[in-house]
Amino acid sequence: MRKIIKYVIADILRNKIVIAYTIVLLALSLSVFNLEDNANKGLLSLLNIVLIIVPLISIVFSTIYVYNSSEFIELLVSQPLKRKTIWLSLFLGLAVSLAIAFFIGAGLPIILYASSTTGITMLVIGLMLTIIFVSIAVLASVTTRDKAKGIGKSILLWLYFSILFDGLVLFFLFQFADYPLEKPMVAVSALNPIDLGRILILLQLDVSALMGYTGAIFKDFFGSSLGITIASTVLILWAVLPLLWSLKRFNAKDL
Amino acid sequence: MIIASNVSKRFGKLKVLDDVSVTCNKGECIALIGPNGSGKTTLIKSILGMVVPDSGFITFNGKNILHDWEYRKHIGYMPQIGRYPDNMSIGQVIEMMKDIRHAKGVKMDEDLVQSFGLPALFSKRMRTLSGGTRQKVSASLAFLFNPDVLILDEPTAGLDPVASEILKEKITKEKQKGKLVLITSHILSELDDLVTQVVYMQDGKLKFHKSLQDLQKDTGEEKLNKAIASIMLRKP
Repeated sequence: MRKIIKYVIADILRNKIVIAYTIVLLALSLSVFNLEDNANKGLLSLLNIVLIIVPLISIVFSTIYVYNSSEFIELLVSQPLKRKTIWLSLFLGLAVSLAIAFFIGAGLPIILYASSTTGITMLVIGLMLTIIFVSIAVLASVTTRDKAKGIGKSILLWLYFSILFDGLVLFFLFQFADYPLEKPMVAVSALNPIDLGRILILLQLDVSALMGYTGAIFKDFFGSSLGITIASTVLILWAVLPLLWSLKRFNAKDL
Repeated sequence: MIIASNVSKRFGKLKVLDDVSVTCNKGECIALIGPNGSGKTTLIKSILGMVVPDSGFITFNGKNILHDWEYRKHIGYMPQIGRYPDNMSIGQVIEMMKDIRHAKGVKMDEDLVQSFGLPALFSKRMRTLSGGTRQKVSASLAFLFNPDVLILDEPTAGLDPVASEILKEKITKEKQKGKLVLITSHILSELDDLVTQVVYMQDGKLKFHKSLQDLQKDTGEEKLNKAIASIMLRKP
């Protein structure tokens, strides 16, 4: 397994997109921290980059990469290797290289300029989102044979998680404005890893007061150690479940 | 050695394999013959576990191959269209396969790598290769690990006469060592001096499995080419 991961990572490094991604992230985070005197303000600006760009790059790059390595996969499947090993190695290769890119690009500036609890939370959330979206990407690409369709599916999924979901939640809230929805909102937020990440970071930033009563409920729930544990578990499930599902599909796939 | 029992496979509405049963034993050289789209490649891919049959099962040395992977240690496979990572060079692909597949105590067989003159091309990227060179790489990889079973899908398609002759000699040599060789080919005249058994497939069904002598006796034809032609004409 280690050997295959090694080849996957070497291949990813060779096509330079990940290196460009690292440099862009690094430039963005350094400029954000140097523009603001207050590290917390810098973190707030970085928040949107982490929540929008990181999932987008992770999901689109991984999907395209899986399609482009179809030859590699075909070659390995006819060799004495478990399909599970091949698929997990591909996933780990992608997840590790994108996570390292994020760590160097955004993590190092965060540690240098804002190594508070908030900064570390953002770093961890960014890493988690990277892994989660790689996992969603491998699922999207194994369930679709056609490359264009698969990439389209990935972009739609990203659009759903980063924009459409919030719209739907707002619509839902306005329709049922007469009912006490503060508590169910906590559960709804678990349906979207990006939202969950945003809430966890915003709570650390102490701007939850701006979110009104819902913010208070969030603070109450996610501020407790039980809440943090549940939120982390949900994030881990978001990474593990799509991966397991994709593995099941890959095991039964005809090549 | 390899036994397929009642294997069926559909791709959508198309029935590609229809209740195929076949037994392959050590030391045999089996030609898998049939018109285009008769399911030859799908049968081969099922044996390799690349295609999962809808029903029926395949055993290798008495063990069901479903969910097994170790048996592929004993198989060298040469695909019809070899697909390799575009941005790797020939040398890197061969090194990678050695690295991934190498087992202790197995002597590697680099005969074909040498006789095809591949070391001179080691730095060439796979994307720039011609179909014939690609076939040479596929063939070299199939023989590299000295497997007990060789599965060759259209091995001589795209090879020039010299390379094709080298490959045929190599196949004969391996056959004499008592290995099982499974070949599909359209150019039947090439198989004349190699084959001991003939499996004929049509529309996903296995029409017959006979030894070459029986086939020659039944049809009264000496050449494989003519024997098969007379059968294809007899059963339209």
